Amino acid sequence: MPPAAPRSGDAIFASVERVNAELFTLTYGAIVRQLLTDLEEVEEVNKQLDQMGYNIGIRLIDEFLAKSNVSRCVDFKETAEMIAKVGFKMFLGVTASVMNWDADGTCCSIVLEDNPLVDFVELPDTCQGLYYCNILSGVIRGALEMVAMKTEVTWIRDMLRGDDAYELQVKLLKQVPEEYPYKDDE
Amino acid sequence: MAAIYSLYIINKSGGLIFYKDYGSKGRMDTNDSLRVASLWHSMHAISQQLSPTTGCSGIELLEADTFDLHCFQSLTGTKFFVVCEPGTQHMEALLKVVYELYTDYVLKNPFYEMEMPIRCELFDINLTQAVQKDRVALLGR
Repeated sequence: MPPAAPRSGDAIFASVERVNAELFTLTYGAIVRQLLTDLEEVEEVNKQLDQMGYNIGIRLIDEFLAKSNVSRCVDFKETAEMIAKVGFKMFLGVTASVMNWDADGTCCSIVLEDNPLVDFVELPDTCQGLYYCNILSGVIRGALEMVAMKTEVTWIRDMLRGDDAYELQVKLLKQVPEEYPYKDDE
Repeated sequence: MAAIYSLYIINKSGGLIFYKDYGSKGRMDTNDSLRVASLWHSMHAISQQLSPTTGCSGIELLEADTFDLHCFQSLTGTKFFVVCEPGTQHMEALLKVVYELYTDYVLKNPFYEMEMPIRCELFDINLTQAVQKDRVALLGR
């Protein structure tokens, strides 16, 4: 039986069950507010959101692989394209694009055209250091770690902080393939 | 109609996280199933090193006199393999279905701990349905 062809983000997004976008936005907002109340410090909240995202990412990656039928990416450029074109489309319904590649092809930016997490949100003055969508950086980091890539994901531009777009920087730190310990008899 | 004897799921470190036997043949007790799992994990890894062709991702099919073993490894390192009667059709499709059930009923269960043995009733129920003979035949269409 020939292997199934990889599916596009649009096709998968159309085939999965959907939920009310407002419910999603409200739920996420409730999580962030509760974390702010419980932890009080904006830095701590940023870290918790990243950790929550990480825990989601490590599970989400298999869902992504199962639904999208992609084969192993040849290089990090292909990985980034997959995240932007298939991943973001499939899970959030947003179109994203990859840009600003560095010379060795290990660092790029993913720019989101829109962001359902932040509908109706405005950051007050007391939360100026908050990365409201930090869960997304954790998700990407967790997902990539399960496919043998250690990365650092940070927000470059955040519209809630006054910038003109949502831009994530994804930097590949190292590839960590499964190594089997071989004992050399020396 | 060819039959499935058993299904194994092993985590990325080679530990058995799920084992179910279906037929009258190839029944294993807990210790034996753990042994088969570790054995297969090692053999799978060694086969990648031994392969004469580059880019080999491990054994997909083992054919023996009395059984066939089909294996699917996800890109995250989790292996799904099924031991069945020789000549059973559509096992790759079944393994894909099991992978999808795993991503739904196991990974999306917030109380399931990653890499630990699977104890998810919904997974068991849906898996039983998927393995039923007439369902397996439908996968071939």
